[in-house]
This record gives sequence, structure tokens and C-alpha cells, in this order.
Amino acid sequence: MKIAIMVNTGPYTHQASDTAYLFASAALRKGHEIYRVFFYHDGVNNGTRLTVPPQDDRHVVNRWSELADQHGVDLVVCVAAAQRRGIMDADEAKRHGNNADNLASGFRISGLGQLVEAAVQADRLVSFGD
Amino acid sequence: MLHIVNKSPFEKNSLETAVRLSQPDSAILLIEDAVYAASGDTSAVTMLKDVLRDRQVFALGPDLQARGVDVEKVPDGIEIIDYEGFVDLVVAHESTQSWL
Repeated sequence: MKIAIMVNTGPYTHQASDTAYLFASAALRKGHEIYRVFFYHDGVNNGTRLTVPPQDDRHVVNRWSELADQHGVDLVVCVAAAQRRGIMDADEAKRHGNNADNLASGFRISGLGQLVEAAVQADRLVSFGD
Repeated sequence: MLHIVNKSPFEKNSLETAVRLSQPDSAILLIEDAVYAASGDTSAVTMLKDVLRDRQVFALGPDLQARGVDVEKVPDGIEIIDYEGFVDLVVAHESTQSWL
């Protein structure tokens, strides 16, 4: 079954990012397809590659990147929410005249249409947040 | 429909809202802080026991354990599941509603 996921809350502030990741992993283990993970509102903070949690803590961002790398999961960050919070890829950074970019591996920046499309194309949409 | 509740009933009234709006064929899944509703001698447990007459109630085991909630005190009828069980519930219900 195709399952889409929405994450509305940032990592390390609330359990939602962890729950969403553990749910996605379990779904993949059971042979389902994660059609897309859409990061909205503070959820876009899941997509910065500059986070450095302590070594004995889980690395929320890298876990998502590994999911994209190993299972081809489409990780989409909402562009408007990302711009507000300083999450950008190289193209966005250039467009806004910024000298740095921080989007993590496996993530891409796109619009809210990607959430709508995921809701239409996937069999299920599950939201996680605070 | 699968109603997913993640707030403690002692913090927000989202569990009560989910219960009120749920249909007899619905299931209610308690995750994160909502698992506090599934233990002890509280008004939340009383409400859930009533819900169990015509609806299913589940609680996410890893979240119970993370909060030190005594699994022995979870009332009969509330099924404790793991993340794989969470996935099965999502698959089994045509739609999900997260009461964030």
C-alpha cells in the first residue's frame, strides 16, 4: 500500500518527528511504499544538514536521509515554511543572495501542491505533529 | 476511520473530542502522551471503558514503556500494539484523523 506522511513539528522539540520516522520504518519493513514525507511548518527543521546532536543521541536528520538513500523515499520540504526558517538548497540560497545552503541529503524543496498530490496518489495520509 | 490521539487527556481534551466524534466502526489509537489515558483509575479510563463497548481502542506499547506506564494497569480491551501494529491499523482503515 502507498502511504504518505506529513510532519508538522521540528526535531528535538516534540516526539512527532521520531514517531513519524519509526512509523515510516515499520511500514517499509512490512513491504509498504512510503509515497512521500511532506515536512510542513516547523517540520521543515527536519531537513537541515547542520544539526549536530550529541553522539549518544539519535540523529533525526540523518535518519531521514538514510531512509531516502536506502528506500528512495521522497522527502519534500515546504518552500514557504523553509524560507521563513532559513532552510534552503543551493538554488534557493542563490536566488535569495545567501552565501550558504543547508538542505540535508535526500530532501528536496517544493510547494504545497506536493502534499495535495501525495494525498491524492497515496492510499493513506498520516499526519504527525504537536 | 482511525482516530490518532497524541495528547494526554489531563492536558488537552482532544481524546474526548475524538471519542465524541468517532463512529461505532472507528478505532482510537493512543500514541505519545495520550497513552496516559490508558492506565490507572482515572476519568479517562472510565471514558475509554465505555468506548470499548462498540469501538476498538489501541495504545502504542513503546510510548507506554517510555513513560513508565504500568502495562498491567491497562484495562482489558485496550490492545497494546507496536509500530508494525500501528501500520496495520492505518492500512485497515480507509482514512486517518490525527487529533493534533
